[in-house]
Amino acid sequence: MGIVSPGFRRRRRDDDVQLPPGQYLTEDFPVLSAGPTPNIPLDRWEFVIASETGQEYRWTWDELQELPAEEPTVDIHCVTKWSKLGTSWRGVSLDLLMEDVETTADYALAHSYGGYTTNLPLEDLLDGKAWIVYEYEGSELAPQHGGPARLLVPHLYFWKSAKWVRGLQLQEFDELGFWESVGYHDYGDPWREQRYAGD
Amino acid sequence: MTQEYQDGNALAGPLAELFAVDVTAATGRCVSCGDTRRVADLRVYGHALGWVARCPSCEHVMLRLVRAPDAAWIDLQGTLSLRVPLPPA
Ligand SMILES: [Zn+2]
Repeated sequence: MGIVSPGFRRRRRDDDVQLPPGQYLTEDFPVLSAGPTPNIPLDRWEFVIASETGQEYRWTWDELQELPAEEPTVDIHCVTKWSKLGTSWRGVSLDLLMEDVETTADYALAHSYGGYTTNLPLEDLLDGKAWIVYEYEGSELAPQHGGPARLLVPHLYFWKSAKWVRGLQLQEFDELGFWESVGYHDYGDPWREQRYAGD
Repeated sequence: MTQEYQDGNALAGPLAELFAVDVTAATGRCVSCGDTRRVADLRVYGHALGWVARCPSCEHVMLRLVRAPDAAWIDLQGTLSLRVPLPPA
């Protein structure tokens, strides 16, 4: 894979591309999976936010589609060192989904169909920083990229943007997720190059 | 993408860094379904962030291995026990 592929001129500020430390640009969208791609029928899909008191807030696929959508265009940074600039998505802001959720929790554990988990401070999911997305570049999100829906938290390394997202468990303590419990950084800020625990 | 996973022989190199014996020849018992499998027969996913080896019977994660530049992490929570063949003592 080249460091600079010819296509990137198209969408970007050319010479002054700002990448987090240690990252290189790619035009591809590498597929990284920790398990088999789950097959999730849309009539059985649901997204559930569970508060620390056990209260659950649920959305079916149709209910999610009826909510006002946003179309974020964001840069994404994978801990395996590729960055992809100006990716466009369509989905629902977590601010909207969290609007009626009563919680004093500081942390969220995102969990996915297939069993994947990742942990984040709740504040990193709010204030326009995170979405549940179901379209990528104008098409429905392909299963290998996390469809029918994935979490999108572009300001953190991309492993935090859980594919096949199924829900959020809100909690008062920080519980390490799938990669975080085996050496990856608890928070994962690409601009501070927080790749591994202790970085 | 033709196949989502490789077989457990993909673990031979990274495990050889950590263990003096060939762990791919060992047999592990899956925490989830109890099946006993050779490490070489596990299904290995996601070689970029780390190696995730799953039970071929139930797909439960039996072994995870992450290699950072200056350390490695190994997790065997999903493996009840590992039988390592050794020459007679
Ligand atoms: Zn099993």
